[in-house]
Amino acid sequence: MRSGRTFVIKPASRAPHLDISELWHYRELLQTLVWRDVVVRYKQTFLGVAWAILVPVFTATVYIIVFGKFANFPAGEVPYPSLVIAGVLPMQYFASSLTASSLSLAANLQLVTKVYFPRALLPLAAVVVPMIDFIVGLPVLIFLMWLYGTWPGGPELLLAPFAMALAMITALGAGFLLSALNVRYRDVRYMIPVFLQVLPLLSGVMYAVEEIPTKWQWILAFNPMTAVIANWRWAMLDASAPNPGQTAVGVAVALVVFFGGLAIFRSSEPRFADTI
Amino acid sequence: MAAIAIEADSLSKRYRIGELQAAYGTLRESMSHTAKRFTGQEHRRGYEEIWALRDVSFQLEEGKALGLIGRNGAGKSTLLKILTRITTPTAGRAEIRGRVGSLLEVGTGFHPELTGRENVFLNGAILGMKRREIQVKMPEIAEFSGVEKFLDTPVKRYSSGMHVRLAFSVAAHFEPEIMLVDEVLSVGDAEFQARCLGRMEDINTTGRTVVFVSHQVQSVAQLCDRVLLMDEGRIVRDGESAEVVAHYLQSATGTSSSQAWVAEEEPGDDLVSLHSVRAVRGDGETADYADVREPVGIEMAYSVLRDGPPILPKIKVVAGGQIAFNAMDVGPRSKEPSRPGEYVATAWIPGNFLNEGLVTVDAALCSIDSPKLHHHVSIHEAVSFHVQDPLEGDSSRGMFTGQWRGVVRPLLDWTTKEL
Repeated sequence: MRSGRTFVIKPASRAPHLDISELWHYRELLQTLVWRDVVVRYKQTFLGVAWAILVPVFTATVYIIVFGKFANFPAGEVPYPSLVIAGVLPMQYFASSLTASSLSLAANLQLVTKVYFPRALLPLAAVVVPMIDFIVGLPVLIFLMWLYGTWPGGPELLLAPFAMALAMITALGAGFLLSALNVRYRDVRYMIPVFLQVLPLLSGVMYAVEEIPTKWQWILAFNPMTAVIANWRWAMLDASAPNPGQTAVGVAVALVVFFGGLAIFRSSEPRFADTI
Repeated sequence: MAAIAIEADSLSKRYRIGELQAAYGTLRESMSHTAKRFTGQEHRRGYEEIWALRDVSFQLEEGKALGLIGRNGAGKSTLLKILTRITTPTAGRAEIRGRVGSLLEVGTGFHPELTGRENVFLNGAILGMKRREIQVKMPEIAEFSGVEKFLDTPVKRYSSGMHVRLAFSVAAHFEPEIMLVDEVLSVGDAEFQARCLGRMEDINTTGRTVVFVSHQVQSVAQLCDRVLLMDEGRIVRDGESAEVVAHYLQSATGTSSSQAWVAEEEPGDDLVSLHSVRAVRGDGETADYADVREPVGIEMAYSVLRDGPPILPKIKVVAGGQIAFNAMDVGPRSKEPSRPGEYVATAWIPGNFLNEGLVTVDAALCSIDSPKLHHHVSIHEAVSFHVQDPLEGDSSRGMFTGQWRGVVRPLLDWTTKEL
């Protein structure tokens, strides 16, 4: 009857560790948590999953009218509506992921205090779920590609998953950090919306980054979402290639955020149940 | 000797009271404290520390059921939280060998928007069951819960009773090698609790290792082979369940199975002087606990100091907070005038008569002062003992293992005729 698994329980070490084999052992729970959030998301809504299309379309429409028509924001080589939708979709993904993962521990308080599992599963599940909305929203972009006849230019299309992976890593890293903070300080809940209101303006959602002064391009490059959106547009809309140096800065920042967030999350993990 | 499933070595857990309070603090408070500390306006906050667990060591063999009892705050739940890895110890270590399942509450993670069936999958996965396993057990789980008809209804439309039934039903079909269970039986109605206890018994007889925390010492005594009594974070008693439970109940009521007085403090009057009172088994040994099927004697040792009226030893038996009965010696000696000397009187309470639980006995030495009863000595809660049913099927509860109400529990003669 013995399965041969032995757990050793000892005082928590402060050193961060990413126990991949343990995460793998709990993969079914991860799937279930993702499934739960997906199923619950649109229960008792009239329009259901159509919201995944309506939200970006509505946001994009406002941007197109305000920034495209009134303010004449620079679009570069691609049609302005395509440019905006191609910015809104990843940004929406990032915003949902960041919010959900930051609040994930507090939202699952009952689980954290009553059952053991690697707590990293909660922010992790939270960044996977919005990917479903993102995929459901993709046809809007494809429709605009068809409307304007701007199809992906070729091998750059392979960069599309890379761009989204970058968004995911950034959201997860920030989610690790903020969810661990939120265990102690519920201020995080109020900080996030403010941050997310400003972020689209600093990520080039409604303009093409290469159209602004170079100095500013480099400043915005520290925001990984700038690289995500520029590369995503390059991949999907055949827009001009982003500056590889700027992308490299974005990736580096994303990795720092990810590993930094993970380290803080892991080292405070043993005390979550006591302080939450 | 069987293999060791759980081995705990000097587990200790410290909480800071300040830390507990800061749990809901805001960032601003924390920053202002830090700022004040820098500017010297405030000294480093002196945390008050409490040790919820101190140097707890024990070993549990595979296939055994261990109960944890103690007052609120004794450290039972903290110990369980450490063993389930929900929290980490401050010092010490433990090893757990085998697949661990914990049940700190039933229905953990139940989501109101999901249907009963969906929640079974969710809750099962959270407990650590594989999806295949849940699929296989689904019909059984549904049947045990008794809410089969509503399996595709969102749980938010369930009554609280249905909710608990479904939740427990998942938990009851969860079969890890080592099961760590907290106070889960406190939910649900009496009939359902009885079924749950039965199910727990099944778990126990399938050779699973169980650690069980409960305030219901009765169920701990029934389910567990061995019990740890905890107080202020330490293990204060470790032994056979009947013995530890009896000790715990006795210490909670401040009673014990025997009481004796030194010569100058003996209670009494000019006629009698009481030396001691004991609860004894058939063999004359003092008994903290007694098998429900066996007789228990209440023994009073006393001296009669002068010639006087007949002395009638009397007991009042209290069980479950109610007076079960009064009894007095009405034998031949009770009719003879008393003469000076040393006496030992024992009242035998038959087996298969008292119900399970702690029984306290008031002892008195009386004489009849018609129409009144004159108490020469009367000792409130003189002794106590714990009645225990080893559940071998030959007591009046037969094979039933659930709650059995009543102050007494006689084994009656039944006649049933086919007409």
